[in-house]
Amino acid sequence: MFEHYLSLFIKAVFVENMALAFFLGMCTFLAVSKKIQSAIGLGVAVVVVLAVTVPVNNLILNYLLREGALTWTGLEGAESIDLSFLGYLSYIGVIAAIVQILEMFLDKFVPALYNALGVFLPLITVNCAILGAALFMVQRDYTFGESVIYGVGAGFGWALAIAALAGIREKLKYSDVPAGLQGLGITFITVGLMSLGFMSFSGVQL
Amino acid sequence: MGIRQTLDNLEPHFHKGGKYEKFYALYEAVDTIFYVPASVTRTTAHVRDGIDLKRIMITVWMCTFPAMFFGMYNAGLQANDAIAGGFSSLGGWREAIVMLLAGSHDAGSVWANFILGATYFLPIYLVTFAVGGFWEVLFAMRRGHEVNEGFFVTSVLFALTLPATIPLWQVALGITFGVVIGKEVFGGTGKNFLNPALSGRAFLYFAYPASISGDAVWVPADGYTGATALSTVAQDGMSTLMQQMSWSDAFLGFIPGSMGEVSTLAIFIGAAVLLWTRIASWRIMLGVLLGMIATSALFNAIGSDTNAMFEMPWYWHLVIGGFAFGMVFMATDPVSASMTNKGKLIFGALIGVMTVLIRVANPAFPEGIMLAILFANLFAPLIDHFVVQANIKRRIKRETAGITNEETV
Repeated sequence: MFEHYLSLFIKAVFVENMALAFFLGMCTFLAVSKKIQSAIGLGVAVVVVLAVTVPVNNLILNYLLREGALTWTGLEGAESIDLSFLGYLSYIGVIAAIVQILEMFLDKFVPALYNALGVFLPLITVNCAILGAALFMVQRDYTFGESVIYGVGAGFGWALAIAALAGIREKLKYSDVPAGLQGLGITFITVGLMSLGFMSFSGVQL
Repeated sequence: MGIRQTLDNLEPHFHKGGKYEKFYALYEAVDTIFYVPASVTRTTAHVRDGIDLKRIMITVWMCTFPAMFFGMYNAGLQANDAIAGGFSSLGGWREAIVMLLAGSHDAGSVWANFILGATYFLPIYLVTFAVGGFWEVLFAMRRGHEVNEGFFVTSVLFALTLPATIPLWQVALGITFGVVIGKEVFGGTGKNFLNPALSGRAFLYFAYPASISGDAVWVPADGYTGATALSTVAQDGMSTLMQQMSWSDAFLGFIPGSMGEVSTLAIFIGAAVLLWTRIASWRIMLGVLLGMIATSALFNAIGSDTNAMFEMPWYWHLVIGGFAFGMVFMATDPVSASMTNKGKLIFGALIGVMTVLIRVANPAFPEGIMLAILFANLFAPLIDHFVVQANIKRRIKRETAGITNEETV
């Protein structure tokens, strides 16, 4: 059992890295990677959001939405109710609510990080990596335990990638990039080359 | 002083407003090949040594020569052995040159082997140099920086990591990617974050896997297939490998593989010079070695019934594949590696660990050192960041502790 969870975690962090293998969550990935400090902050925020939203969405799927999921209510005919068409709506709603709570928490207790993240914290709501992880969880039929591990792993992988990108971009400050490529252009090239480095994991069977 | 005078006479044409203003980079490159630049430090000097970028790069370039010459000899030896075993040579203009200079495919003759290997290596190196050099000069001219000797190193390292039979147009494509995307878009030597030679090779590796990996590409003889040591172990286990070659064969380099990577001994000769002149960081090499030994020992201890790579001991990991070459020449690239002393050890260890991990645990790729170095390049700046932050914290702590001590005393 432990081995299964460990391989799921490693797979989520490296083999199926959200940012560098699936290229999800690009908007914040590119925008908040100028400084290592704020990149790590955002990375931690994404880990927290994923670690909470994926399992919560897993519960919602299994106890409300899936066909026959409402059987526990004891209502007549509950076995045949299939609410899975409400999937996207409920997942994104849950994500929005949790990000809101996280934002209030950071505003109160870690104002420095709150100010550094700025508008990108609320934007985590629409970060494709977050919804992507929830949808992968649905598609792959993870159990509750698996979805906790997967959420943490996917978030950790994304955080690792954005921290590495921020490190590289701090180094590239001293580079002499052609005028037409400065800013986002060179960042896209950088991310492409990073993804080349992450190819070392493609093909790993776990 | 003939050359100096000629160069001085030509110089005004290349300055701003001169006839060949655009080609200043070329003039400067030729000038610095023959003479030390005249510019000197004017303000408070921090120079501790006469060594500069030019000398560093030329030394690294020369340190690859043992591996390069042995690589040529071995490529010829492998092919001549195969030809003696009944396979026909690939023919063409190479055959004509071999016949002209060596007269036979005698695997016992050092000269015949060397010539045959040279007809494969030299075209690859020439194409690398011409095409890569073209991009260097083009960017130098357009962007107003200088062509420097760093390209000598990039080109020779790139050429040495290729198999003998690779099509020359792919060589051109690979070095183009390495120089333009890997280096020049970031502003040239010293400003990139990935090793340019390796990013070019990785590009070829993923774009044209059939020409750069597998069993058929290593020995230039028609229809001959010979697996590299790593794929032999992955497919048939350690015992098959030991029947095919002894450890000393692999150490000396009489095995099929990429041209410059085969002889661990020749690479170590270069490494000795690099370490003695302190051009390459011993910390990085030590880190790679320790990381590799630790990880392979771990895999040895775990053991596996299905995966034969688990059994491979560290001294085999050291001599087969590109491990030694990557450790000595690629990982120590001062631009893409970590800069801090502690960071260099960590960076090296990450490469060693990843290499064995990819070799053992990833069935998709038999060799891991190339991808491991690229992977570690990504994290090099981050490692430096944390090392620097830790230093700052420690010093602040010491400072505040010092103050309180003074107050109490």
